[in-house]
Amino acid sequence: MKKLCTIFSMCLLLMFILVPVVFAADAPAESAIDTGDTAFVLICAALVMLMTPGLALFYGGMVRTKNALSTIMQSFFILGLITVQWVLFGYSLAFGPDINHFIGSLDWAGLSGVGLDPNPDYSETIPHQAFMIFQGMFAVLTVALITGAFAERMRFPAFVVFALAWATFVYDPVAHWVWGGGWIGELGVLDFAGGTVVHIISGVSGLVVALMIGKRKGYGTDVILPHHLPMTVLGAALLWFGWFGFNAGSALSANGLAAGAFAVTQIAAAAATVSWVLTEWVQHGKPTILGAVSGCIAGLVAITPAAGFVGPMPALIIGLGAGIICFLAVAVAKAKLGYDDALDVFGIHGIGGTWGAIATGLFASTAVNPGGADGLFYGNAGQLTTQLIGVVASWVVAAVMTFIILKVIGLFMQIRATADQEIQGLDITDHGERGYAYQDFMTGSHIGLGSASQDSSAKTTSV
Amino acid sequence: MKPITKIEIITRPEKLEELKAAMNKIAVTGMTVTQVYGCGLTKGHTEVYRGQEYNINLVPKVKVEIVVCEVPVEKVLEAAKQACQTGKIGDGKIFVYPIANAVRIRTGEEGDIAIVDPADMPK
Repeated sequence: MKKLCTIFSMCLLLMFILVPVVFAADAPAESAIDTGDTAFVLICAALVMLMTPGLALFYGGMVRTKNALSTIMQSFFILGLITVQWVLFGYSLAFGPDINHFIGSLDWAGLSGVGLDPNPDYSETIPHQAFMIFQGMFAVLTVALITGAFAERMRFPAFVVFALAWATFVYDPVAHWVWGGGWIGELGVLDFAGGTVVHIISGVSGLVVALMIGKRKGYGTDVILPHHLPMTVLGAALLWFGWFGFNAGSALSANGLAAGAFAVTQIAAAAATVSWVLTEWVQHGKPTILGAVSGCIAGLVAITPAAGFVGPMPALIIGLGAGIICFLAVAVAKAKLGYDDALDVFGIHGIGGTWGAIATGLFASTAVNPGGADGLFYGNAGQLTTQLIGVVASWVVAAVMTFIILKVIGLFMQIRATADQEIQGLDITDHGERGYAYQDFMTGSHIGLGSASQDSSAKTTSV
Repeated sequence: MKPITKIEIITRPEKLEELKAAMNKIAVTGMTVTQVYGCGLTKGHTEVYRGQEYNINLVPKVKVEIVVCEVPVEKVLEAAKQACQTGKIGDGKIFVYPIANAVRIRTGEEGDIAIVDPADMPK
């Protein structure tokens, strides 16, 4: 009964917050809306949405059987959690009216004032809510990316609190700094679709969490292998597919810039797939599919900040570089340094995003996008310095804030699973379900794991 | 009561069908097969994930357990050796155990009668 009351009162509370939005929705749409642009951005938002469940499969296949569901859950649940956070106050903090180039105000909390008319600050041709929901998908994906670093060992309650705090205190401010009228954007740092906002901060934060909560039990001594690589390949394919919405959609218009961003996205991903596989082939004697999909993600990460500012040949170079650099980060540097970034969030997103942000300072060209700037190779050395300032600032804020958030959470709840929970696997200990029922593969029936509690109680009463 | 013997054959999974055919030929009708992992002289193989090499030391094998009393143990050993031998490392091992007793659960019969086909028993 008490639970029901709580749920009812929460629903009531949410309704009050949402009332202004309901009225805003009734306002007549302005004629300035371009239907082509709107259709394009909405489809791109849907593509970016698909990246998060794609990531869930990508990560889910790389962990052990006993943690498959808990890893998938961390990404999938974020779709719910961060969307709600985004609606209530996240969007307002990131893109709301600017306060001292540092943070958005809470004027747009509950999406109050975020209606169906365009907001000229962000785009003149699409409804403000289309921009909001497109950006919301970015927020969701970014938080989900970090989960790969602490996979297989963080308790779910601590994870939920961490995800909320991180989105609020790291993602929203940095998104504001770069895209919402904040100081990094004012400085002239180029970040087309989120090399800094999405990949650097998630990669660096992932590394900090991995270092703070420690290695998985048995890391370095036991054999810890991916349990389902075909699932990982499926997830990577969905990520690659969704990334077209991520990068091309960031043009916020169905125009030439979007076409260019789409093309360079494919080119860089392809180049990095080839270069990672070749590097691994030379180093270890065998080309692997896990290497191929890791390479494509590295290429996609690296082209993200540059997507709307570079042409095809620079994209090819950025992709080739990403495959080699990220392979070395994951296979050589990680092994030497000995930290347990379980699914290589730092090696691929942190390093790949950093390379992409720097490469944007090298290869950006106003011939591609007059709204951007020229990079070092087009006669403007200053842009490289500007990009480096953006990189350093995002590294520092991600590292420091993540450290503080984890320390504070650690004061009032247990973050890491106990040794027993880790041995049994988080699927059972956190969620009470398993990804794969142990069964006899010939008959398909379960091998006895105990009796159904309902049945046994019925039997005892009838006897 | 005739002595009862258990023969445990650990060998390559791909040899299971040949082994079953060989046992069928010498009138061994019962067996229990388990998928197992093991190593003897076999050193395993190397797998590479994102540039990290893992030495997979335990390799998949099948364990076939056969209990006999009528069929001579020597005959089973000979047939199993012939079926499973490739001459390369990893062919496996055969272990032979004496069995203290056996019970057929359906009828409660004990001893040698519990493991032979009633049709084959001398009247």
